[in-house]
Amino acid sequence: MRKAHTPFKDITHEVELTEHRSWAAFIVMLFLVLLLLCRLAYLQIYKNQVYTTLSTHNWLDLVPLEPIRGLIFDRNGILLADNTPVFSLDVIPDKAKNLNKMLAEVGKIIPLSAADLTLFQKQLKQHRRFDEIPLRLRLTDLEVARFAENQYRFPGFLIKARLIRHYPFSNSFSHVLGYIGQINNEELNSIDTANYSASRYIGKLGIEKYYEEDLHGKVGYQEVEIDANGEPIRVLKQIKPFPGKNLYLSVDSQLQLAAEKALDGHRGAIVAIEPQTGQILALVSMPHYDPNLFVLGLSSADFQHLQQHPDHPLYNRAIRGLYPLASTIKPYLALEGLDKDIISSEDTIYDPGWFMLKNSEHVFRDTKVHGTVDLTKAIITSCDVYFYELASKMGIKRIDNVLQQFGFGKLSGIEMDEEVAGVVSSPEWKRRVKKAPWYEGDTIISGIGQGYMQATPLQLAVAVSTLANRGKRVAPSLLFAQQELGKAFEQQSPILMDTITLNDEENWDTIIHAMQKVIDAPDGTAHRFGPHPGYTIAGKTGTAQVHSKKQDEEGLEDQKKLPEQLRDHSLFIAFAPAEQPKIALAIIVENGSTAAVPLAKQILDFYLNKKEPSHVIP
Amino acid sequence: MSFHKIAHYLHIDTFLLCTMTLLFLMGLFILYSAGNQSFILIEKQIMHILLAGFIMLLVAQVPPIVWQRWAPWIYGLSLAFLVAVLLMGHIGKGAQRWLSISGFRFQPAEFMKFAIPLLLAWYYNKIHLPLSFKSILISAAIIMVPVLLTAKQPDLGTAILLFAAGSAVLFFAGLSVRIMAGITLLLTTGMPLLWYVMHDYQRQRVLTFLNPERDPLGAGYHIIQSKIAIGSGGLFGKGWLTGTQSHLHFLPEHTTDFIFAVCSEEFGFMGNILLITLFMVIVMRGLYITVHAQDTFTRLLAGSITVTFFLSFFINIGMVTGILPVVGLPLPFISYGGSSLVTSLASFGMLMSIRTHRKLITT
Repeated sequence: MRKAHTPFKDITHEVELTEHRSWAAFIVMLFLVLLLLCRLAYLQIYKNQVYTTLSTHNWLDLVPLEPIRGLIFDRNGILLADNTPVFSLDVIPDKAKNLNKMLAEVGKIIPLSAADLTLFQKQLKQHRRFDEIPLRLRLTDLEVARFAENQYRFPGFLIKARLIRHYPFSNSFSHVLGYIGQINNEELNSIDTANYSASRYIGKLGIEKYYEEDLHGKVGYQEVEIDANGEPIRVLKQIKPFPGKNLYLSVDSQLQLAAEKALDGHRGAIVAIEPQTGQILALVSMPHYDPNLFVLGLSSADFQHLQQHPDHPLYNRAIRGLYPLASTIKPYLALEGLDKDIISSEDTIYDPGWFMLKNSEHVFRDTKVHGTVDLTKAIITSCDVYFYELASKMGIKRIDNVLQQFGFGKLSGIEMDEEVAGVVSSPEWKRRVKKAPWYEGDTIISGIGQGYMQATPLQLAVAVSTLANRGKRVAPSLLFAQQELGKAFEQQSPILMDTITLNDEENWDTIIHAMQKVIDAPDGTAHRFGPHPGYTIAGKTGTAQVHSKKQDEEGLEDQKKLPEQLRDHSLFIAFAPAEQPKIALAIIVENGSTAAVPLAKQILDFYLNKKEPSHVIP
Repeated sequence: MSFHKIAHYLHIDTFLLCTMTLLFLMGLFILYSAGNQSFILIEKQIMHILLAGFIMLLVAQVPPIVWQRWAPWIYGLSLAFLVAVLLMGHIGKGAQRWLSISGFRFQPAEFMKFAIPLLLAWYYNKIHLPLSFKSILISAAIIMVPVLLTAKQPDLGTAILLFAAGSAVLFFAGLSVRIMAGITLLLTTGMPLLWYVMHDYQRQRVLTFLNPERDPLGAGYHIIQSKIAIGSGGLFGKGWLTGTQSHLHFLPEHTTDFIFAVCSEEFGFMGNILLITLFMVIVMRGLYITVHAQDTFTRLLAGSITVTFFLSFFINIGMVTGILPVVGLPLPFISYGGSSLVTSLASFGMLMSIRTHRKLITT
């Protein structure tokens, strides 16, 4: 039997082996640890900046705080636009599960109109998933309470208190103030997005738009620590928002309301200016609309209704409506004619009821046969033939020149971006725009303010205001004063422009006297203004033809027999008191025949005869 | 009686104990911050440490020769548990890992961390070194059966550690470099094949590892947030209790698998160097014990325990820093949790036993 071969254990060899292998393992492990350290050094030292930034982005949220929009007052401190707290039901889409089902459920607690839902769906598309989107605004206390009870059922739905722009007079100042509305994509490109990061609204029209920068204020910020779920933990730092400036408009809200009341039921515009300062006292365009509707977000049906209304309530006639100057042009032409010795106040002409150029068959009609007229009578009775002749003698260049001096054909510079410039027609203008040559006849009808020239009611008011000032030109302005938080009340000073100087300053009074007789004289076109109003007044009527009469038709026709939209526009420019004017006025009543004059009386009586400024309650 | 004498009497390796205590202290500090200053968490973890320390002490009292004798039985029992867990284990976090016997829940795979090295060391102690081809095949079977069973649970992290623990024994037993290279080559080329046997969530992890930005809010979130935490820590860290990534819950699993990122965020690169140095001191002590062990069984066992320990923290840090895929392994001594702590301290008990039960022989 052979003994099994059991080799001896080579102890020394095994000890050596373990030792070698231990060293080998140690070296490999050192190498691996070095690898780890390299990795850590890469992350913690080389890439430290990058990861620090990422980490900060993770936990630090910069929450912008919306500044409070500046208030708007009238010149007497009556509030025209403020911010009222409203409760709204907001939704954070990201946190709401099964949104459509929840909307249906919420509808059982808080009534949601189809318009609310459409508007919400529209906004849902425009906002990010984690933004708060208002579902319904202006909740009643009862609704707030009812929702609060059921809050737990609607994650992602929350009641939010926010300040909303409110126009207490609703319609009355719509064409002055304009309105604010939600910022749209186009506006996003033009605004300082940082400053608007907390704002949803921006001025869209009127004063709200023009003074957007002042009214908006400066955004504030909160540095908030947030956790991984985006929930705020605590506020680390806060920079308070700076509220917008409060604006005091030059508008006298009592006068504005009186003017509006006078014009009620008509389409038209009234602009009243304080001649010395250029401040707009009233700016009315009728019909008007409720700007509050736009703040809350108008449904497209409601908007279409407003837009397609035959009376165009959204159309700001006072600064955008273009009308022929009609006979209101006559005082300016007469003044120029007098001063440049083209006519004298004593010269008379004979008006047979028509005017013809020497080498033309065209008959320019007058409203009636005026007989022998001098300058004063021509203005009092608004004799057309006198001014056909004057225009013919002056030539179109002179006419244009005088009109431009009084501010026609260019923007007045009022604080509204929507203003249009109107047209002072000239041969160059006609060639350029109408692609037609200038005829002598074009010059003739310019003499009575017809033809291509067009002006806004504001321009008419500015021009008559300059006349009232005897040539001193002041830019029209809607801003009376402004006040920044913590700063002094800052009154706006009038912006003076080049004064119109005459060769003979007496001519101002000649024209103004004639204009006074337009009201005072029994044959004055504004005689129906009535006697002894308690102040002196100078004015000039105008009738802008809508329906052009044919050559062979009788000069006079009964306007009342015409359908309303074919009746003439009624114009009236005036200022009072005639010697020391406090107010200059332009009124246009569309298709109003002769309605403007009595309106002027209502307004002037109200403004000049009022005792104490009584408080207006919206 | 001096401390040294008590230590000797209790079979404690003072050097290891001190280093471990330092690590535990550091770990509790990190955990206190990571757990949002919860004393309950700290109390629980202290209980874990005390329990695991007690087990370590118990293990240390048992002379290596007893472990050697019991090795086949320990392996057999562990294997039986591992099969049992597949048949009737509890399911936690999508994997079937737990076995519950009379109310006491445990993970049989943890036992395998000793069972494999024990059996292999026992086996090599019996046969002659160097290894023959036949013995290598038997070793492969001893390793791969529990590894595959564990991977099937599925618990990839532990399976890798088991494989490493077994391979470490082979390595210390003098497996030729050529064979090791061969196995490495086989593993790397076999990787793509592994894809087909992986669970869906494991595939996700691999994909995410290769490109975390693939799914920044889903599978990639862990690793991205972890890298942010580490990177933003910088050289000196944001300071204790001030790490934003963990305190504001951006960092997931910040008390367990990803606790290293908390340490990195609050103590920075310097804190990491300290932590890794402490780990490496333990590793060096383990190798010292290995080299000075008196027989093949203890040498192989000590070597395997040391390498396994190294790999467990290396893999954890590797995955948290994004150089290794996320396999779900805790950071030894630091991560919150009792189960893995008990196993790793038990293995250190064995190291101490090996160290302190040497026969006094003069060489």
